[in-house]
Amino acid sequence: MEGKSDYPRWINFFMIKKITKLKKSILSTTNGVGSRVKQLKKKVVKSVSPKKVSLSQKIPKVDKQRKVLMFGWELPPYNSGGLGVACYELAEAMSKQNSKITFVLPSKYDKSVPFMDVTHADSAKTNGQQEQSVTDSNIKIQTVRSNLSPYLNETSYMEQYSQTERHYECSRGNCQYGETLIDEVYRYGEAAAEVAQKENFEIIHAHDWLSFPAGIKAKEVSHKPLVVHVHALEYDRSHEGGVNAQICAIERSGMQAADKIIAVSGYTKQRIVDYYGISAEKIEVVHNGINISNKPTKKLTLKSIKSGGKKMVLFVGRITYQKGVDYLIEAAAKALKINKKLVFMIVGSGDMSHQIINQAANHAISDKVFFPGFLRGEELSKIYGSADLYVMPSVSEPFGLVALEALSHKVPVIVSKQSGASEVIMHSLKVDFWDTDELANKIVAVIENPSLADSLSKNGHKEALNCTWDCAAKKCINVYDQLLSASSF
Amino acid sequence: MPSICFYFQVHQPYRAKKYSVFNVGNDHDYFESPEDRLSNEKIFHKVAEKSYLPTNKVILGLLNKHPEMKVSYSLSGVFIEQAEKFNPEVLDSFKRLVDTGRAELLEETYHHSLSFLYSKDEFKRQVKLHRDKIKEHFGVEPKVFRNTELIYNNDLAKEIEEMGYQGIIAEGADHILGWRSPNFVYKPKGAKNLKLLLKNYKLSDDIAFRFSNKGWSDHPLTAEKFSNWVNDHHGNGHLINLFMDYETFGEHQWESTGIFDFLSHLPEYVLRHPDNSFVTPSEAIAQYQHFDELDYPHFVSWADTERDLSAWLSNSIQKDAAQKLYSLEKDIMAYGDDRLIEDWRKMQTSDHFYYMCTKYFSDGDVHKYFNPYETPYEAFITYMNILSDIRHRLDDCKKVNKAPTSKKVVKKTSPKKTGAKKSVSKKS
Repeated sequence: MEGKSDYPRWINFFMIKKITKLKKSILSTTNGVGSRVKQLKKKVVKSVSPKKVSLSQKIPKVDKQRKVLMFGWELPPYNSGGLGVACYELAEAMSKQNSKITFVLPSKYDKSVPFMDVTHADSAKTNGQQEQSVTDSNIKIQTVRSNLSPYLNETSYMEQYSQTERHYECSRGNCQYGETLIDEVYRYGEAAAEVAQKENFEIIHAHDWLSFPAGIKAKEVSHKPLVVHVHALEYDRSHEGGVNAQICAIERSGMQAADKIIAVSGYTKQRIVDYYGISAEKIEVVHNGINISNKPTKKLTLKSIKSGGKKMVLFVGRITYQKGVDYLIEAAAKALKINKKLVFMIVGSGDMSHQIINQAANHAISDKVFFPGFLRGEELSKIYGSADLYVMPSVSEPFGLVALEALSHKVPVIVSKQSGASEVIMHSLKVDFWDTDELANKIVAVIENPSLADSLSKNGHKEALNCTWDCAAKKCINVYDQLLSASSF
Repeated sequence: MPSICFYFQVHQPYRAKKYSVFNVGNDHDYFESPEDRLSNEKIFHKVAEKSYLPTNKVILGLLNKHPEMKVSYSLSGVFIEQAEKFNPEVLDSFKRLVDTGRAELLEETYHHSLSFLYSKDEFKRQVKLHRDKIKEHFGVEPKVFRNTELIYNNDLAKEIEEMGYQGIIAEGADHILGWRSPNFVYKPKGAKNLKLLLKNYKLSDDIAFRFSNKGWSDHPLTAEKFSNWVNDHHGNGHLINLFMDYETFGEHQWESTGIFDFLSHLPEYVLRHPDNSFVTPSEAIAQYQHFDELDYPHFVSWADTERDLSAWLSNSIQKDAAQKLYSLEKDIMAYGDDRLIEDWRKMQTSDHFYYMCTKYFSDGDVHKYFNPYETPYEAFITYMNILSDIRHRLDDCKKVNKAPTSKKVVKKTSPKKTGAKKSVSKKS
């Protein structure tokens, strides 16, 4: 045993047996952090090059292909929020894992997404049965002509409806949209059912309430299992008093009709249980992912705004009740009393924009709060590149991809505890959205302690790299497989 | 042949209450939290009821029953202070143990601090404070030193020998011992007469960490089984050093795990073998010649599997906090009033830095269990806000007391900062 032994010489033969046993137990005890170190190392390796280890390569070839009929809402680049990105990325990742997806979405234009070459499924004019292959042969896009888009409410739908009439003269043509949002959702559902009758699939996957009637209809005509995917709830989008009962009813009927519900966070799962009375066992949590490029990109910055040692606190998102920007402005006023070098950048637009601008003026901090409107591309990258801190003060945020987006730019984040992102990013600061004193405390702490900003940014970035769509897709496919193997279908 | 040497660490930090940037300048009571999880008084009472009082009762019973039984303790100064304030019965129960003459007390820094890593002057002052406190309450003068969390290296041994101690305690780390056994007395490298006692971490951790682990193949651990393992060492060593936190009994391992039953019966089973015995650290030092000289060029501690400083000083926020704290030393000592100096010292307790550890944060683990703050970042933010307030108070003290007590003190802060930086990068 000399030379090769792992043990010091003083250990006698009888002890070796015991120590071998001990070694195992040491690893399993509270102090046995060795195994965790290994796990951690593995994670890190994976996170450095998530693209290299493609999950599709790992899936055995014998694996059965799953045919999915998916109802979505919008696709990039014509998206107004995170839902389009989430649906697209998830579908793409699932297609790599041996799933064949027919992606159905409403579209009010005949010519829609340029790089996708989309066909309208319900249009007599365009021979709706054309199948168009998209970027991936496993995804087929089918559009159903409709006036719908996410984040609409009754009022904005009505406005849009009259605009559509003017611009496209649709009411005189052969596309008849519903006069109200709810009418249109049901009309779309009926149209989608037609698609279901023509398509070959094993499982139905519907994203958010707008597509739930379509999912339910498709289940009725096909008798295939239905998965509804909850990205956001009416209770997230609205004040409790302003919740639209009809939308809630659609959400509830979708959840009830579904064979399984996918929630984007534990936070959302709990709200589905609490507000919709759905049993927790029926709900699986699948956190969203983000695709972060590993390539070092040139950091774009905005020099002018940061002159004189200014520190930029950033918000990006729709300026609506749900996003809690008003709480951020309250906190900004408090933080500015302590640190005069702070500036706040509120990127986005929404129905609360005017209120927020007034609020900043009332606090006499208008010179410290900037409202550049809705930005994308290089302009947005410049803003991220200049930001010292990102704040997501949401009143209720089912997930909050934007927090991961900020981390992908290595910007440290503060997130509200009322968010799904707070479950996946340990290296973030967390506050109750209403606790503006605490939010101000944390904003000042990050700005005044570079070591804190550095730790949050580096470690948070690593965590964001681990949140991949491949991982989310794998979990969704597991949900399918459970349903399909239940054999009732 | 082997003698069992028990040393139990008894310590409670002053946890800082949740302290926001809006408290800075207005609120100087850092350690009195309205929240239960950070209330030092409530925590002290809880641990006293679950651990200190019942364990002391068991140990006193054992000392009375077995004349061979011996133990040793290191009580941190901040522990003794809290015992005086919150629960004097705890202090009395320790006095009864020491009065038997078979419970030895060890020396440490009063504030259970990392001061040796940053300032030898402050380190010596805290050792002196501890010495005075022990003398005041127990009427004894410790001869053996143990540093916070068994943080140890050659330099420390040299310093401790110069300070007149006979022995010092350290972790029996595998990477230092190599083929050698922790079950002998050693001599620190470069020391003349100082002796080194090393923790037998395998047998210590069997009690401290694995005792209640049902997945452990040796679960349940009985006094008989453990004493057989001790007997296995016949001819293989002089002493077995079982060093652990005292809170193991009743707090880390709850009463329901049978830990008290185990402890009550252990001496009886150990003493069944006529060659077994118990010793205190200073007896071990007097009794045994050193077996070899050991070289600890780098700091070793008893924490985590790494056995290094990473539990307190591995990430940027921990290092930043420690550096900012010690950069205040000269001014605090020159201008600060007693209360300010005392608050600054309470912020030196190693636990504050442990709470900021992010090593296994994502996995959730033992650090989380011992962390009263929601996250390491909460701990850091509170800590830095308190340091801000301490700086404000220091500025106020400077205005009142314009003539510094020491001529060496320079008013500008910049040279001090670089000085502090140097010492950190050198040692950590």
